[in-house]
Amino acid sequence: MIGAVPARDATLAERLRAGRSPRRRAVDRAGRGLALAATLACVVPLAAVLFFVVAKGAGALNLDLLTKPAKALGTGGGALQSWLGTVQMVGLATLIAVPVGIAAGIYVSEFAGHRAARAIRFASDVMVGVPSILVGIFVYVLLVLPFRQFNAFAGSVALAVIIVPVIQRTTEEVLGLVPRELREGSLALGVPSWRTTLSVVLPTARAGVLTGVMLGVARAAGETAPLLFTALGSRLVNIGGFGEPMDSLTLFIYNGARSPIAALNDQAWGAALLLLLLVLGINVSVRLRSMGGVRA
Amino acid sequence: MREDPVEMSVAAPVAAPPEPQREALPTAPSTVPGGAPLSLAPPAAGIPGAAPATVPAAKIEIRDLNLYYGPFRAVRDVSMGIAANQITAIIGPSGCGKSTFLRSINRMHELTRHASMDGQVLLDGVDVYSPEVDAVDLRRFVGMVFQRPNPFPTMSIYDNVVAGLRLGGGARKADLDEVVERCLRAAGLWDEVKDKLRAGGTSLSGGQQQRLCIARALAVDPEVILMDEPASALDPVATLRIEELMLELRGRFTIVIVTHNMQQASRVSDFTAFFSMGEDRAGYLVEMDRTARIFTNPREKLTEDYVSGRFG
Ligand SMILES: Nc1ncnc2c1ncn2[C@@H]1O[C@H](COP(=O)(O)OP(=O)(O)OP(=O)(O)O)[C@@H](O)[C@H]1O
Ligand SMILES: [Mg+2]
Repeated sequence: MIGAVPARDATLAERLRAGRSPRRRAVDRAGRGLALAATLACVVPLAAVLFFVVAKGAGALNLDLLTKPAKALGTGGGALQSWLGTVQMVGLATLIAVPVGIAAGIYVSEFAGHRAARAIRFASDVMVGVPSILVGIFVYVLLVLPFRQFNAFAGSVALAVIIVPVIQRTTEEVLGLVPRELREGSLALGVPSWRTTLSVVLPTARAGVLTGVMLGVARAAGETAPLLFTALGSRLVNIGGFGEPMDSLTLFIYNGARSPIAALNDQAWGAALLLLLLVLGINVSVRLRSMGGVRA
Repeated sequence: MREDPVEMSVAAPVAAPPEPQREALPTAPSTVPGGAPLSLAPPAAGIPGAAPATVPAAKIEIRDLNLYYGPFRAVRDVSMGIAANQITAIIGPSGCGKSTFLRSINRMHELTRHASMDGQVLLDGVDVYSPEVDAVDLRRFVGMVFQRPNPFPTMSIYDNVVAGLRLGGGARKADLDEVVERCLRAAGLWDEVKDKLRAGGTSLSGGQQQRLCIARALAVDPEVILMDEPASALDPVATLRIEELMLELRGRFTIVIVTHNMQQASRVSDFTAFFSMGEDRAGYLVEMDRTARIFTNPREKLTEDYVSGRFG
């Protein structure tokens, strides 16, 4: 070990004092310093991104951006069609993905055999890591090409495909944390196992499942690539027209940032801030809600 | 000792009824609480006719029961009877298969991965492992209380009590209030919680939680209650409360309790079964008898050593 430990024949007092040797203190300090530097390396870029988005976006995020649709040509419009699109497509994707993801998570955690569970877990992990543009292409082939029409439904499906494994994995993990005694307590009352899962295990893990859903929603709201070939983007306000193209905040940012027109660049920053607030807002509200209810 | 409605003279096991009788469903099971493995029994001189009228009927009869976890045999060749409406204690050193044995009675054993069994567990003469018996239904008749209190954390006290009725599909809405009050009273918890039935089940103290779990088990109207060290996580006062409660429930329910606490076994139980562990770590029944006899004058040296604290 570090520091010169006195020989065995030294008194205990001597050996205790030797513990705080200058060399060990130096190593300790260096270790702490490195850890701090690594932490900063993580946090600084995040803080910088937040700072830039807020600084550049705050000016552009105004009532017009929120309430006016884009003009057919040129500048001066807003991003109404974009945030409406994001809300609708992410909403539909969540509706599709939540039951599927939670059911799959329950299946793996409660019912699947060892092998099936491992296979599904592996598939989910791969899915989480698949570049989202591949998901976009896959859905493009499946739901856009056959109809010769870019459509918002395909966009939602692509987002759902991205969310499902996130929800599945989190659900499975938090269900695994529910103590066995609770399951057995319910089964010992003569409650069937499916009912035990739905009424005892799932509610106990509710907060964790919600977190999984949130992670999925936030991830979906921030995706651009899978929407490029599916929902395409649009300058028109589209409410409920899932058979037609639809815009999203991310597509608006993507197009605005690439534009040579400075006003559109600014609007992209505004939309970025809006997206950030949206994701943050959902997150906070769900967390507050899940803290209520019967206390554990 | 407390008064007993029946005379005691159960020193030795009585032979199991002949084979064909197993099929006859609700016929009276043999009147045999003290069935230790035959090899351990003293010469059974004149036992069969000795005392049938003086021994309570067996609610549960276990025959040649072996319990396994994968290839490992945790319980070996147990045969015994459990007296109806009495308290039967199971004692023995840690790891000798007491919990495993207890969990086999309401078929919780089969929930463990790779667990298996052979032998028979007869409840009122019906083998609970026969194909026509559904484990879910069985558990309504054979309730269980666990070592660590396990109220459902997302449910209120009220909902915890009626959980078995609601989730098991046996609830008639109108009766629930009555069931809650009756079961909480029976569990000696009513006065402490009657003003906060809507509070969370886990907001109670450990001892209260355990009584809540007992109330929950009573609510589905079982005939047998299995308790696996129900007081080992509780302080002495709460422990005494649980013991009083068991004595109150005695006579209406057949209770089987696993305990490490010798005083507890001698205080509450009518019969005591002593388990030990063989060379192969498989648990087996050393002997079973009236509790008074086990603690004063057991037949086996091993039992005497254990209850006097010389081993285990
Ligand atoms: N789920 C399991 N899988 C494999 N082996 C198990 C399992 N549960 C128990 N065992 C083994 O079975 C044997 C009996 O265990 P059991 O829990 O029944 O003992 P016990 O008498 O209740 O002990 P204690 O007094 O400590 O509660 C032990 O050797 C134990 O290691
Ligand atoms: Mg045990």
